[in-house]
Amino acid sequence: MSFSAPHLLGIEPLSQADILSVLDLAETYVDLNRGAAKHGDALAGLTQVNMFFEASTRTQASFELAGKRLGADVMNMAMQASSIKKGETLIDTAMTLNAMHPDLLVVRHPQSGAVNLLAEKVNCAVLNAGDGRHEHPTQALLDALTIRREKGRLHRLSIAICGDIAHSRVARSNILLLGKMENRVRLVGPPTLMPAQVAEFGVEVFDDMRAGLDGVDVVMMLRLQRERMDGGFIPSEREYYHRYGLDAEKLSYAAPDAIVMHPGPMNRGVEIDGTLADDINRSVIQEQVEMGVAVRMAAMDLLARGMRARRAA
Amino acid sequence: MTPILLTHARLIDPEAGTEETGSLLIAGGTISARGSVTPPEGAQVIDCAGKCLAPGIVDIGVKVCEPGERHKESFRTAGMAAAAGGVTTMVTRPDTNPTIDSPETLEFVLRRGNEATPVRFHPMAALTKGRAGREMTEIGFLMDAGAVAFTDCDHVVAEPRVLTRAMTYAQGLGALVVAHPQEPGLSCGAAATSGKFASLRGLPAVSAMAERMGLERDLALVEMTGVRYHADQITTARALPALERARAAGLDVTAGISIHHLTLNELDVGDYRTFFKVKPPLRSEDDRLAMVEAVASGTIDIISSMHTPQDEESKRLPFEEAASGAVALETLLPASLRLYHAGALGLPQLFRALSLNPARRLGLPGGQLAVGAPADLVLFDPDAPFILDRFKLNSKSKNTPFDGARMQGRVLRSFVGGVEVYAREG
Repeated sequence: MSFSAPHLLGIEPLSQADILSVLDLAETYVDLNRGAAKHGDALAGLTQVNMFFEASTRTQASFELAGKRLGADVMNMAMQASSIKKGETLIDTAMTLNAMHPDLLVVRHPQSGAVNLLAEKVNCAVLNAGDGRHEHPTQALLDALTIRREKGRLHRLSIAICGDIAHSRVARSNILLLGKMENRVRLVGPPTLMPAQVAEFGVEVFDDMRAGLDGVDVVMMLRLQRERMDGGFIPSEREYYHRYGLDAEKLSYAAPDAIVMHPGPMNRGVEIDGTLADDINRSVIQEQVEMGVAVRMAAMDLLARGMRARRAA
Repeated sequence: MTPILLTHARLIDPEAGTEETGSLLIAGGTISARGSVTPPEGAQVIDCAGKCLAPGIVDIGVKVCEPGERHKESFRTAGMAAAAGGVTTMVTRPDTNPTIDSPETLEFVLRRGNEATPVRFHPMAALTKGRAGREMTEIGFLMDAGAVAFTDCDHVVAEPRVLTRAMTYAQGLGALVVAHPQEPGLSCGAAATSGKFASLRGLPAVSAMAERMGLERDLALVEMTGVRYHADQITTARALPALERARAAGLDVTAGISIHHLTLNELDVGDYRTFFKVKPPLRSEDDRLAMVEAVASGTIDIISSMHTPQDEESKRLPFEEAASGAVALETLLPASLRLYHAGALGLPQLFRALSLNPARRLGLPGGQLAVGAPADLVLFDPDAPFILDRFKLNSKSKNTPFDGARMQGRVLRSFVGGVEVYAREG
């Protein structure tokens, strides 16, 4: 098992083999996490720093747990509260970090490309935990693992990604990953929430849920990024829920065994019906969270192996 | 001053649209003879060995960071960069700190410029005070003090009433207004041109349509006021028909473009390379090709560097936050020669856009190779290959998108008023 790049900045540069090596290793960590002694030593002796320039509970907790279960020393830095406010630039931050000799750096940043910039300046492996509207690769990998376990395969599936595509890094990473794995990807949402020239991404675009969900195997809902909306993308939340919120009726257009996914946190009653989200026969939202820890363990393990090999050479 | 005779030169004459081998005699600061000239007694003879001799570049829209940010660029370093780039006249921008919006600040700039730069320079002044788009500047006083045009640079005067009044007032004085055509309601906050690339990179983007909207509005006001108008940068194919219509209707309108929009496209940004962040943002390849054609056909009149020095700190930031702009005084000619080498433009055509048209538009002497014209000249080898090293640039700021690029065409000598201001070593 191997991983070609020194960092995990996005899905874009990954090959099919890279993606599969993360998923296969993650499977073993799912077993570990379900066992009695949830502990490995793949990251023993390594220092993992979680730098979140944007508030996050779930992703940060998931990375923290993943690192701890593999024996890393994990430190959390809540950057939105600290030195950035004092005028320190991202490069200064990188220099400061270098002096602390971290091995793994997990970064979330509100601006697209900021994690790439940081990765150029630090001497350790960088994992992108979400940058602006660009990418969120571990989310796409955990979604892929969930789909593979539920559907028994990760190719030739029909997958609908629904909602606020324009503001979503989750959507971009998923479009890239699912495309690389040779699936049919549909995007469903109001035209105001579609990125420009999105049809050129090799996807089918729908502005109607009935047509968009017709016969799909997977329905992936996105959070309506209310905090990012500077207004005017949709007329109201209630009209949005009426036209694009996932409920039992809209789900009935999908294949009978279609699964429902959501990256969380959910706005119940805005993009998804609360009862449906909790329906264990259709919703795999809890499993996504579980897969998240395993995928992040696998990603950090693979990056650490590569780093050790490079350091030894 | 000893006369200088330049022999065996490939004379690029943008006015006549010709290139021919011959000699040029410089005496008393002007071109005093051309063709086959016998050297006068005591003249210095320079054998050009078949290299190109053209009227020096007149560059509209150079930012020299004095006053306010001399650590980014001074008149001295900008002047050295200009001389090394074959730019014999810099027409400077008023978007300094403070803004050049009063005769007093303009006098400071003139004094600094005249004592520090080896090339000619003429300042532009702001159209509105503080470039804030609310009150017009003292256009009359500023013209008396030496302002050659009025511009708020990349700040669009959003309020049509303010712009109308400023244009009307400028028209009365015969002043040239230089505007940045853009609909600010759409372009606000944008760092890229909307399209597949910006969507993939997750960058806030502006539709190419915003440029056409801004231009259409400006042209309507030009029609209303009759002002002399120059669009600083037209970079999208969609804006061209409006320009052509305005010309056909007899409006006094010209348009420019930066060399970056003629030689680079949006994909060059790659992995968030901030040296490629310019304003307006780089466009699609289709637009770039359309603009090269527009320069060839004369729809676009002027090519300029839009020289904008930025220090490392302003550029080493996430793409959205990073400052816009690129230094280009020294790369303007070699980058322009890419268009010549690609077969898109002949050399006389190229120097029409680099030298003759900007000089004419501003009513400056220069841009010509005629007897009696000022001896502002550039001697260059259009074929000499080199790899650009940004740290060898004369500008204080090194933010060029051409770092490491293979280029073809080197400036060998520059003359301003018959005085050699640059000679390439070796």
